[in-house]
Amino acid sequence: MTATMTVESRSSAPAAMPAVDAVKMASRGTEVYYGEKRALHGIDIDVLEHEVLALIGPSGCGKSTFLRCLNRMNDTIDVARVTGEIFIDGKNIYDRDLDVVQLRARVGMVFQKPNPFPKSIFDNIAYGPRIHGLAEHKDELDAVVEKSLRGAGLWEEVKDRLPEPGTGLSGGQQQRLCIARAIAVSPEVILMDEPCSALDPIATAHVEELIDELRQDYTIVIVTHNMQQAARVSQKTAFFHLGDLVEHGATEEIFTNPRDERTQGYITGRYG
Amino acid sequence: MIVLVVTLAILAMLIVGYRMGVGKALSATGGQARILHSRPGYYGTYTALWCALPACALMALWLIVQPMVIAAMIRGGLPADIRAMPDEDFDLVMTAIRAIAGGTPPSNVEPYMEAAAARIGELEILGQWFMAPLVLIVALAGIYFAIRHIVPDLRARNKVESVVKILLIICSSIAILTTVGIVASVLFEAMNFFSIIPPQDFFFNPVWDPGFARAGEDHTQHDFGLLPLMWGTLFISFIAMCVAAPIGLMSAIYLSEYATSRVRSVAKPLLEILAGIPTVVYGFFALTTMGPFLNTFGDTLGLDIQASSALTAGLVMGIMIVPFVSSLSDDIISQVPQAMRDGSYGMGATRSETITKVVFPAALPGVVGGLLLAVSRAIGETMIVVMAVGAAANLTANPFESVTTVTVMIVKQLTGDNEFSSPQTLVAFALGLTLFVVTLCLNVVALYVVRRYREQYE
Ligand SMILES: Nc1ncnc2c1ncn2[C@@H]1O[C@H](COP(=O)(O)OP(=O)(O)OP(=O)(O)O)[C@@H](O)[C@H]1O
Ligand SMILES: [Mg+2]
Repeated sequence: MTATMTVESRSSAPAAMPAVDAVKMASRGTEVYYGEKRALHGIDIDVLEHEVLALIGPSGCGKSTFLRCLNRMNDTIDVARVTGEIFIDGKNIYDRDLDVVQLRARVGMVFQKPNPFPKSIFDNIAYGPRIHGLAEHKDELDAVVEKSLRGAGLWEEVKDRLPEPGTGLSGGQQQRLCIARAIAVSPEVILMDEPCSALDPIATAHVEELIDELRQDYTIVIVTHNMQQAARVSQKTAFFHLGDLVEHGATEEIFTNPRDERTQGYITGRYG
Repeated sequence: MIVLVVTLAILAMLIVGYRMGVGKALSATGGQARILHSRPGYYGTYTALWCALPACALMALWLIVQPMVIAAMIRGGLPADIRAMPDEDFDLVMTAIRAIAGGTPPSNVEPYMEAAAARIGELEILGQWFMAPLVLIVALAGIYFAIRHIVPDLRARNKVESVVKILLIICSSIAILTTVGIVASVLFEAMNFFSIIPPQDFFFNPVWDPGFARAGEDHTQHDFGLLPLMWGTLFISFIAMCVAAPIGLMSAIYLSEYATSRVRSVAKPLLEILAGIPTVVYGFFALTTMGPFLNTFGDTLGLDIQASSALTAGLVMGIMIVPFVSSLSDDIISQVPQAMRDGSYGMGATRSETITKVVFPAALPGVVGGLLLAVSRAIGETMIVVMAVGAAANLTANPFESVTTVTVMIVKQLTGDNEFSSPQTLVAFALGLTLFVVTLCLNVVALYVVRRYREQYE
């Protein structure tokens, strides 16, 4: 995949990386404006395959904004305007000929608040495969639903109540349902915006374990306010501050030996 | 005149009482408002209420009782042969006397009537001269009483608030009692009707031909069948909903999901202007434009569309309901949380997939409730059908023929010159009662559905 990359990776030295660390997504000079207001200032970062990238930073620094750039969810906001380039497997996702529907099937998203559709558990999972025509027959669909729920670690809990409404599950179960819903369309990248902020510690632990397992098959970008969580689940960490990407690199590096003093201030809890 | 002066006087005393109450409260604590149980204003209001409420109650009571007392006194003063009259004739005499006293004398005025009327005038003035000082004394006594009771510990706020609560309860029970009164009067007259025409000849009779009331006539030769009217009402409402539901829903979906905020800020008020057009205007739109247009249009197609057909009324009524449906559905669709849409877009759904598969199903219960409310409006709509449809009570499923509705016949039977106690007139109340029950049921179901929907997202 690196061979087809049109952009050279600047942040991490590709030569030093093992072959498995191919660049999955890359952002070059991404800027976002909400009306006149610039929320992101030229973000350059790579997301490597089968890695978890954690985005941290004080509230309002643009983490969600950047995450939403990666699957063009900012298109749904009238006032938002994105400039710069974002690549997936070397292809610019803001190209005219790129279909945003296909992009979002490849780059799935899990939101801060669990947002199951007011449908049955089964239909929640089957929603994506149905609209993308991934499963034609009932038994294919059944298989996809089971696989996704197993993947999200929810199958044992809900296998007997698939026709019941998804909104009837507990908060933690709902969030895992949303993760299952996202992986049901077999995306390549999963974006998670503070997926555990509405969950209790036990449900959080569940989801964190899940993220680690999902890394085998997917590339994951996660926004979190929880430093321990970032340290636990991610391999790479990026620190945002007031719309700037201040620093990014291996999680261990960032947490034990931050180069920028703003990063140090934030992770030691001096502000944010 | 005296009533007006007394009212103004009470108003003035009320203001003075307020000031005095505040002053007394402050002076009782030596100007330290913090020691008071309630803020000084409450002591003022407390005094003002003591001033106004008993006085006003007394005045109201007086004004109700006084005419009764005067009537009794007048009655005693009438000649013996008049007093011996049967009740009905005597009532006529009393009405005539009151009319003379009120300044609009009837044609057959007799001397004893004039005398009585003059006496009424005197007694009324006398009564009011008694009332005025009495009311003012009560008002003053109220102030005095309240001021004497003001001590720093007096729980003025609690008292004022309980009075306010009672006033609010009285106001809302007036609204409820009015409804009960309306229903009761309709029910009463409908019972009168059913005592002449048995209910089964009303509810299950497929023929409507009430004819005219003639004295001493056997009513059973006329037909008071509800079915053709109810059919007409439902048929026209159905046509109206066929127009209003799709147009209203589509425009709601456009407004809430597709329109930019600029378009929305222009289009939504415009749609709501449609809702503000008086229905009588829709009526003559139907009568002078839609009816003839459909008629000639039918001719070119070789169809015989009557100008006063069910189709005309249904179409125009549908147009009338469109803004109702669209603004209600728009509100409901906008209540579907943005998170639902984000979830769907995040899966790679297109806008139309998101709307048809997520947003609309989520909003469906509320939308259905809104449509039911629209149906009950269509059923009760009167002016359009009165102007646009004929009086032919056909039991037909052909939208090009004319039908008539329950509301049209209520208007026709009540404004006809039949005697009030004839079944020809009373049938209007039976029709009204039926209509009331039908729309009430629809509204209850609709409100229940909408409320359940709201709870789902709160
Ligand atoms: N829809 C919007 N319209 C206008 N401004 C917005 C919008 N969304 C975000 N912003 C602004 O962009 C900036 C970045 O917001 P963003 O939501 O990306 O922050 P964040 O880092 O995710 O914060 P948090 O940790 O609180 O979620 C903020 O200043 C915010 O006010
Ligand atoms: Mg955020």
